[in-house]
Amino acid sequence: MTDSKYFTTTKKGEIFELKAELNSDKKEKKKEAVKKVIASMTVGKDVSALFPDVVNCMQTDNLELKKLVYLYLMNYAKSQPDMAIMAVNTFVKDCEDPNPLIRALAVRTMGCIRVDKITEYLCEPLRKCLKDEDPYVRKTAAVCVAKLHDINAQLVEDQGFLDTLKDLISDSNPMVVANAVAALSEIAESHPNSNLLDLNPQTINKLLTALNECTEWGQIFILDCLANYTPRDDRESQSICERVTPRLSHANSAVVLSAVKVLMKFMEMLPKDLDYYGTLLKKLAPPLVTLLSAEPELQYVALRNINLIVQRRPEILKHEMKVFFVKYNDPIYVKLEKLDIMIRLASQANIAQVLAELKEYATEVDVDFVRKAVRAIGRCAIKVEQSAERCVSTLLDLIQTKVNYVVQEAIVVIKDIFRKYPNKYESVIATLCENLDSLDEPEARAAMIWIVGEYAERIDNADELLESFLEGFHDESTQVQLQLLTAIVKLFLKKPTETQELVQQVLSLATQDSDNPDLRDRGYIYWRLLSTDPVAAKEVVLAEKPLISEETDLIEPTLLEELICHIGTLASVYHKPPSAFVEGSRGVQHKRLAGSSGSGESVESPDTGSAAGVSEAPPAVIPSQGDLLGDLLNLDLTPTTTGPPPPASTGMQMGAMDLLGGGLDSLMGDESEPPPIPLRTDTPQSPQLPHQSPSPPDYSPTELGGDLGGSPAMGAPFGAPPATMPASFNAPVSGGLDDLFDLAGGVGMPMGAYNPPKTLWLPAMKAKGLEISGTFVRRAGVIQMEMTLNNKAMSVMSDFAIQFNRNSFGLAPAGPLQILTPLSPNQSIEAALPLSTVGPVMKMEPLNNLQVAVKNNIDVFYFSCQYPISMLFVEDGKMERQVFLATWKDIPNDNESQFQIKDCHLNSDAASNKLQGSNIFTIAKRTVEGQDMLYQSMKLTNGIWVLAELRVQMGNPNYTISLKCRAPEVSQCVFQNYEMVLKN
Amino acid sequence: MIGGLFIYNHKGEVLISRVYRDDIGRNAVDAFRVNVIHARQQVRSPVTNIARTSFFHVKRSNIWLAAVTKQNVNATMVFEFLYKMCDVMSAYFGKISEENVKNNFVLIYELLDEILDFGYPQNSETGALKTFITQQGIKSQHHSKEEQSQITSQVTGQIGWRREGIKYRRNELFLDVLESVNLLMSPQGQVLSAHVSGRVVMKSYLSGMPECKFGMNDKIVIDKQGKGGSSEDGAKSGKQSIAIDDCTFHQCVRLSKFDSERSISFIPPDGDYELMRYRTTKDIILPFRVIPLVREVGRTKLEVKVVIKSNFKSSLLAQKIEVRIPTPLNTSGVQLICMKGKAKYKASENAIVWKVKRMAGMKESQISAEIELLPNDKKKWARPPISMNFEVPFAPSGLKVRYLKVFEPKLNYSDHDVIKWVRYIGRSGIYETRC
Repeated sequence: MTDSKYFTTTKKGEIFELKAELNSDKKEKKKEAVKKVIASMTVGKDVSALFPDVVNCMQTDNLELKKLVYLYLMNYAKSQPDMAIMAVNTFVKDCEDPNPLIRALAVRTMGCIRVDKITEYLCEPLRKCLKDEDPYVRKTAAVCVAKLHDINAQLVEDQGFLDTLKDLISDSNPMVVANAVAALSEIAESHPNSNLLDLNPQTINKLLTALNECTEWGQIFILDCLANYTPRDDRESQSICERVTPRLSHANSAVVLSAVKVLMKFMEMLPKDLDYYGTLLKKLAPPLVTLLSAEPELQYVALRNINLIVQRRPEILKHEMKVFFVKYNDPIYVKLEKLDIMIRLASQANIAQVLAELKEYATEVDVDFVRKAVRAIGRCAIKVEQSAERCVSTLLDLIQTKVNYVVQEAIVVIKDIFRKYPNKYESVIATLCENLDSLDEPEARAAMIWIVGEYAERIDNADELLESFLEGFHDESTQVQLQLLTAIVKLFLKKPTETQELVQQVLSLATQDSDNPDLRDRGYIYWRLLSTDPVAAKEVVLAEKPLISEETDLIEPTLLEELICHIGTLASVYHKPPSAFVEGSRGVQHKRLAGSSGSGESVESPDTGSAAGVSEAPPAVIPSQGDLLGDLLNLDLTPTTTGPPPPASTGMQMGAMDLLGGGLDSLMGDESEPPPIPLRTDTPQSPQLPHQSPSPPDYSPTELGGDLGGSPAMGAPFGAPPATMPASFNAPVSGGLDDLFDLAGGVGMPMGAYNPPKTLWLPAMKAKGLEISGTFVRRAGVIQMEMTLNNKAMSVMSDFAIQFNRNSFGLAPAGPLQILTPLSPNQSIEAALPLSTVGPVMKMEPLNNLQVAVKNNIDVFYFSCQYPISMLFVEDGKMERQVFLATWKDIPNDNESQFQIKDCHLNSDAASNKLQGSNIFTIAKRTVEGQDMLYQSMKLTNGIWVLAELRVQMGNPNYTISLKCRAPEVSQCVFQNYEMVLKN
Repeated sequence: MIGGLFIYNHKGEVLISRVYRDDIGRNAVDAFRVNVIHARQQVRSPVTNIARTSFFHVKRSNIWLAAVTKQNVNATMVFEFLYKMCDVMSAYFGKISEENVKNNFVLIYELLDEILDFGYPQNSETGALKTFITQQGIKSQHHSKEEQSQITSQVTGQIGWRREGIKYRRNELFLDVLESVNLLMSPQGQVLSAHVSGRVVMKSYLSGMPECKFGMNDKIVIDKQGKGGSSEDGAKSGKQSIAIDDCTFHQCVRLSKFDSERSISFIPPDGDYELMRYRTTKDIILPFRVIPLVREVGRTKLEVKVVIKSNFKSSLLAQKIEVRIPTPLNTSGVQLICMKGKAKYKASENAIVWKVKRMAGMKESQISAEIELLPNDKKKWARPPISMNFEVPFAPSGLKVRYLKVFEPKLNYSDHDVIKWVRYIGRSGIYETRC
């Protein structure tokens, strides 16, 4: 019992010592040594050097030792494929062992060794094991088919293992059935269209029989598989449900939730007037409640799922409010989830209790939890009208506590209550105003400003209040700035006489001193509205606003349907479809509920996800990832250059405004012929744009649009922009992405590729008088190595030949080195060697390192040189812009690297031209706040795409470059290449 | 499915790392350490997504267990598996501590190889595992052929939790009904919420493959049997039966039989196991009633009087009684008088803790306290609830074991030969009275 000693290391010479011990004659010593090796492996040391010695210990009759050796093999076989072959014989032999435990062990381990040659040898033993007399071996072999499929899918199909696996569904042993189901389900996921899991009433019957007999885990596999089946009619649906319901009493929560999934799905098929339908609904509640007495982590998963279930079928848990009351010692993640569900279940019947609870929670310690509780009170008010008054008074009580974050949160929700019940609770405004100074969060400030603006006519000192915010206008967040602008305009429209100065001040702050396009746009719109037609302005700005809806954070119905089909899984925990967090083409199948009612057309609509995942169509709702491309798709696009300016503008003369008087005149200058203002249409939304991002439980998006978005005058042309209007405003805001990308072609004529000058590769001193300098060029798609060979020795050199070591991109001479004449002393000769990229590959450090051997009649000389990676950029490296977008999104942010290029004095167009010479293609360009962003792509000879975003700031010699690539190790090289090309 | 499983110590050093899937790299080990174990802010979810890799974790004392995946796995199953893994490890070597994990790392790797194949959980019942995963590696070589096939059929069979051929000289059964009773009561004595969560925990030492049948005073069963009887009978049995809201069973119980006949029949595992869990909300016997009286005397003084009344048969004794009375944050001094037990003001916990060792049924006792307050505090005191702990020798849900029958047709012992022990323990869960 002192195995822990293996974790303490002896550092120096350890590997050497271990080697000796592994080769010891004494069995015990050997075993000790293997244990040490495994311990080292665990803590992350590289013990791959011991491969042959460890594998030598494999042939042993000591099962414990054997298992340890196997563990080692699974870890290192991939890095030592040639030596792993040594193990094959033992595996094959073990697969014939009389002991079923050993047969199974061999086949289980073999499947984990991902070496092609071993895989070939695996087929025969696997075939035997699938038909083994012992169920233990068969159940292991079943899983092994899935392993093999993961390594080589074609092989599995060719060998007919899929059929054998299907046969195992009828096996007499329940565990074999369960594992076969698991394996088939996994394989079927990667072939969405195959009818692999040919589920028909007969197989379903077999599965349901096995369900009663197999282990808890097996039951989960079977239930998860059953959930993919679509019963033919309601009778079949009911009979399956009847056989699944007993699982709801299982002690394993996963069995319970998987059963719930099957029931929730199949229930859709049942007519609602059926007695059984009601029975089923009643049966679902108790097990869901029981899940809440499980361990906290399971409670968390259960609560996330209940959140979905409650949205889909609120009737199931409507009487169970109390069980979601927060317990003092619940972990915070459980508390937050319970709170969410409490609000979903809140109704007139239980609101008193809920409010009492929420009030208790608002005095807890955890800030997040308290905030959420306060917000919940507001949501109750909006949801249950009868409780609104009580909620408001509770919120006022909370404001009296003067706890800073409680006050702020309360003000945000009171704003929402005002929007749901206008002109009802204005009496509280005075209290709110008292707390004005303590608000430091943008959301709370914005909410307060909105309230002041909206009820300006009832607040005597509204102008003073708003003016106080104006002082630090530019330090406020956009949200607050926009709100302040709107509020002051409202105030002005309500009390025009006293607030002229104020409104002019804010308009000029917004339009002239701000570089935020949203703010400017809104400022100009107000300005023009006020100057052209004050009556219309009043109609627009003070229009009656639509009431906010009751349920604000419901999951979008199609997503909800999909998530219901994923109950119990990670998707249901994240509330995101699997495609949002699973890489590659796997799991992109969208599941839908097939209902007798509702919108279900087909059950599964498989996506056409290509292997690269490039064209992986995102689902209807994807979470906003907040990455760069997301920004690109956003509304605040301001492309600078060409693009047809839409004909617009009815030039309004300055004299037309009487409302604002002379003060405004001076602001606007004397220009009588204003430049045309483009018609603003709604920015076209790319299909990738989320229809509804899972918004946090606040209403900020609606809020922003509340005043402006809905106004009918929005799209109409306005006149009279001031002379000082920034250039970007003149550009069309419409067109969005498409226009942006049309620029790509017009970037200008490419210049020739930059070829670095020759550098000295092999000094004469090191090579008995042979001096080689050289460089690499790419011409018309051919890579050449250009060398000058200089004979500085005293004798003639001849018989030149060249060879490369294996390298990162498989560069190899495409032909022999053509130096036909002997090289006399002090003579030099130029040689060009065409290169191919089909040679053997080995990763080098640095990546673009090339080791070369040159032979002549005297000796062989070695040197290494580095080639610019642009040699490998192929001519068709220009990506389609849609593909670019998708790829950029698809590559995880971890793979992004950022670099600075210093002291580069090119403008963006010149840079783009220069880069194009090296097959770095500019796909799109956009300009934001004086910064040019170039989106570029390049493709390496081995098919790796590199995507780049180059940021060039006017007048700043430092460029920033972000590179994204599926193989992030190339980024450094690519960056160096950029630097080289741009600086020369 | 599960792509890998790591065990770390509290410092974030890896003790065990087993990777099952090719999509999980070594960097996942570090990602979890950096983003969860060493995270500056305490992690607020047991599931963490780091760079499209999901990590599930549970903690046992100082030890972190993390399961990793890149796929849309069954999250519930992953957590259930992690708990199971903990159970199995405890069954093999006791407490899960760094020392024990290091000492048994070879065994843990062997277990991980057996109970998780390509990320799919396999049979993880300790009873079965112990037959062929032993710490003496050599021994497993010497199984005879019959023994081997017996092992494999048990591991894969319908009764994976029990091996054949168990023999005891004395056939014994221990049955514990363990309940925790939860209450939230208003100051006026109105029950806001109350429920009992109970467990039936067994220890069985029985020979062979016995078939057991467990019966309790479940209302549904009693009503069914009472059908056709006189109405008087019905009323009588109605009093003694309890309504169970929901129950879950160990995997040895035949669920379909429970679903159709509501009878609990099973072949038990050997040794300790939890047969069932249940929950009731109706007709709960609340063992104690707490009556609080709080009076604010001016701004600097508070008078608190708390009466507890025991509400069960006078022949029974409750134990380990503890009442916690929260005090305001600005308390400067407390004077206490109690009739029974010991009481103390604990300033660090902002509470008066009153302990009574034993108390018989149908009694009452009281404590009075004078709390002096510092006047400067502006905030109103939130008045947290008074909580209570205790242990009573009966089941507050009213559950009664009616029978536990054992049939072993192949061996010659009968139900009468089995020595059975039944015990009821009721404990307080969250037992609070607002004041």
